[in-house]
Amino acid sequence: MSGYTSNPRIRPQESLPWIIAIAAFFLLPEYLSLGARILVYILFALSLDLILGYAGIITLGHSAFFGLGAYTAGILGAKYGVTDPFLQLIAAAAAAALLGISTGAVILRTKALTLLMLTLAITSIVLEIANKASWLTGGADGLSGVQVAPVLGLFKFDLFGRTAFIYCLVALFFGWLLVRRLIYSPFGAMLTGIRENTARMHAVGAPVYWRLVLVYTLSATMAGVAGALLTQVNQFVGLNVLGLEPSGDLLVMLILGGVGRLYGAFVGPVVYLVAQDYLAKQYPEYWYFGIGVLLIVVVLFARGGILGLFDKWLQALSRQRSSARASAR
Amino acid sequence: MILYVISVGLSVTMGLMGFINLAHGVFAMAGGFILSTAMTRLGLPFPLAVLAAFVVVSAGSIVLERLLYSRLYAAGDLAQVLFSIGLILISMAVARLIYGNLAAPVFLPDYLRGQVHILGRDFPTYRVFLIVFSSLLIAALWFGVERTRWGAMVRAAVDNRGMAQSVGINTRQLFMATFALGSGLAGLGGALGADILPVQWSYPFEHLVYFLIVVAVGGLGSLRGPFVAALLIGVADTACKYWIPEFGAFLIYVATMAILLWRPMGLFGVRA
Amino acid sequence: MRVEKAALAAALLLSAFAASAQTVKIGFITSYSGLNGNLGPYMERAVRLYLKQHEKELGGVKVELLTRDDTGPNPDKARQLAQELVVRDKVNLLAGVIFTPNAMAMAPIASEAKVPFVIMNAGTAVITTRSPYMVRTSFTLWQSSYPLGEWAAKKFKTAYTLVSDFGPGHDSEEAFGKAFSAGGGKIVGSVRAPLQNPDWAAYMQRVKDAKPDALMVFIPAGKTATAVMKNFSELGLDKAGIKLIGPGDITTDEELPNMGDVALGVITVHHYSAAGDRPANREFVAAWKKEYGQSETPNFVAVGAYDGAAIIVEAIRQQKGRLDPDKTMQIFRQWKSADSPRGPISIDPETRDIVQNEYLREVRKVNGQLANVELETLATALKDPWKELQKKK
Repeated sequence: MSGYTSNPRIRPQESLPWIIAIAAFFLLPEYLSLGARILVYILFALSLDLILGYAGIITLGHSAFFGLGAYTAGILGAKYGVTDPFLQLIAAAAAAALLGISTGAVILRTKALTLLMLTLAITSIVLEIANKASWLTGGADGLSGVQVAPVLGLFKFDLFGRTAFIYCLVALFFGWLLVRRLIYSPFGAMLTGIRENTARMHAVGAPVYWRLVLVYTLSATMAGVAGALLTQVNQFVGLNVLGLEPSGDLLVMLILGGVGRLYGAFVGPVVYLVAQDYLAKQYPEYWYFGIGVLLIVVVLFARGGILGLFDKWLQALSRQRSSARASAR
Repeated sequence: MILYVISVGLSVTMGLMGFINLAHGVFAMAGGFILSTAMTRLGLPFPLAVLAAFVVVSAGSIVLERLLYSRLYAAGDLAQVLFSIGLILISMAVARLIYGNLAAPVFLPDYLRGQVHILGRDFPTYRVFLIVFSSLLIAALWFGVERTRWGAMVRAAVDNRGMAQSVGINTRQLFMATFALGSGLAGLGGALGADILPVQWSYPFEHLVYFLIVVAVGGLGSLRGPFVAALLIGVADTACKYWIPEFGAFLIYVATMAILLWRPMGLFGVRA
Repeated sequence: MRVEKAALAAALLLSAFAASAQTVKIGFITSYSGLNGNLGPYMERAVRLYLKQHEKELGGVKVELLTRDDTGPNPDKARQLAQELVVRDKVNLLAGVIFTPNAMAMAPIASEAKVPFVIMNAGTAVITTRSPYMVRTSFTLWQSSYPLGEWAAKKFKTAYTLVSDFGPGHDSEEAFGKAFSAGGGKIVGSVRAPLQNPDWAAYMQRVKDAKPDALMVFIPAGKTATAVMKNFSELGLDKAGIKLIGPGDITTDEELPNMGDVALGVITVHHYSAAGDRPANREFVAAWKKEYGQSETPNFVAVGAYDGAAIIVEAIRQQKGRLDPDKTMQIFRQWKSADSPRGPISIDPETRDIVQNEYLREVRKVNGQLANVELETLATALKDPWKELQKKK
């Protein structure tokens, strides 16, 4: 579990994800809309990692912010003629932030199951509202015809998803920068402290509660932006962005990649969504089964997810090398 | 009321073992499927089939507990949540493979259908039966926990596991037995409720929120709590749908939040 | 972006040219799982049956059906599948779709990529206005619910409506309400139930207390109907003298055996019943049983797909497998058939929607089995009433 290292300089390996993304743009033109979705989920996963991996808050209700952001952008674009993509993003971020701070302030006083329940209740409420207020949200029919003006007046959101891909990539970049700065700062250290040993943090006089609310709100805002991005990419928003399922899916993605390590949020969604694209269409039952088994295996044997395994493998390699060196002397 | 039967087991296992088991709905679903299969394929009469559901699910849960759950007792909340989600996914996939897309067909025996006339109003017979049954169940459970030695041991173990062990109580066996009971109750609930809450492959996820609400609101480790909670929720839900159908499930969630914020440990919570 | 569209169109044409044996790819999206997910196979079987029966007309052109599961009323997924089919698999046509939300979400893709989209089920009236490349061969809820309302006004004084809360439900409620009131009836109450997992008992109790002469119900066709029927009788509404009526979605032919005797006497209005007494239908049902098993029966979903396949085959035949999107839509618009299993049908060239007869049916026992027996033809060559009303505005 990493969180705070004394070296916040950007290491060369960290440019890898961006290089891969740009390569994908040129080499896989037919898969760009899938790519855009992956990018959106990476941003969403980053937001969850912030509170789950770093602050230790277990929540199944993160879809509430995602969905709120998605619907805000959708409603503005479909019903109120606000089509500028950046305006839509800002509005979504604001709405999600508002929900984040208001609910966070209320529920973060509780812990464990109670907290989990409350997060579930909140996302269920948002789902119900979206379902019932069909005059605004389209209800079960979803909101189609979301107008999104071309980015910077030049790049229209097209069928192939090219504009969408680059647009999401840029958004993700900023999100990533933000999270990175956060966790490599004293604030990040405090989060890790809260996660590892809350009692001690209280003893040291750290304002635990307000720090948690702050990070929760930040996380909610990011999730809201991710939701809005999804709506803009699809020019459509439906009830599936809310409720237990996206929260659960996201949790699985993050665990797969590795919680509490910045890049777990990158690896997880890529692996999950690509595998799903490939396998779930043909054999949906086997897909669920496979993911369930994988999850249990990860929980029992590979708590750190894919990146955790990768780390262990690297460690084993370096141990081999040093023992080889030692025996050579 | 079905919520109660299913959830009381969850309250006990979660309160007792401190294990966040979201997969409780899986046992309920299993119970429902077993009932259906027993009645349609094996031709068992209703009461026997219900009993079969209870027994088979209990036994199955013991296997699961030995193999998987026991490894995760000390593993921390997140791991337990994830594990139970994984279990849900697997069981949903298996259910879909075996039973396909459809809800398990359930045919109630004739003596449980139709209506009874009580106090000047007609009530569906089956629902009356369920209420009566749940009341008997809670009476039996209460008796078992408050008055018997086994119950005393369970309570002791819930309050302070270390102490209970040093007094010579075999907590491991106790946990196993209690888990089996809790899961069996879930299976029972699923079977009895199969007519009203159709049992299909997506069952555990669909009703997860409800089970958790009943347990969280009722309070972990308590028997009365989930009963009251289930009663409250059942009544409120039906009343809302009757008087203001536009709001549906909405009010349940709001009420849950209100109660949990007022009393984070649930109405009758035992754990501090 | 016009360059992209031209490139896409060129690619489509090229792929049509390049194949030595002409192949027409159809992106077939329907529901094999999820809510009422047992209906997807009916669509697919109907299409395959038609293609098999009319192989000669294809003149050597190969038809490739790329099937995809949208897992129920899931507009997001449907849209994603459609987009992939068009961009990755380069299909010539899109077809299928059971649920309205899915069709609506797919509309912009059909328009942007200029891919003709044959809707074989989804019944909300407004769908076909969402894209000039959509054509519908199934039905609209107004077509069934409006005549139902007209008929009901003559028999009942008061009615209560209970519908599922999504597009088709709203349509059915509005259509019935309008016709019923216009005919002098009074709607004493109307309720919209959530699409997923509603608790019907509470709603039924409400209806019972309102004491209407008739209860008009619309829910998605299939398993949901059985649950509604059960609750209807369990709460004693039939004994209280309330008559259950609705569009034919509530008594689909394949679900009737599961409903049991509680469905006897239910009156519905619809464009197709497997028990319909017409030579074309008798042949259709016989062919279905022969191909898929004696205990199987087609239903209205199958018929929508069957006729959908018919217009596709016609388009292929006329263009010899080289499908131009606009020419295809032209052919679709002018299509007529006197011999569909449901009777004479045609496509309205203005609205690209289906024009057909509506029949009044009652559930009766025929040879020991429950069936929707057609009593009379309520409407002939009926265009979608909603669109007609829109024109008058």
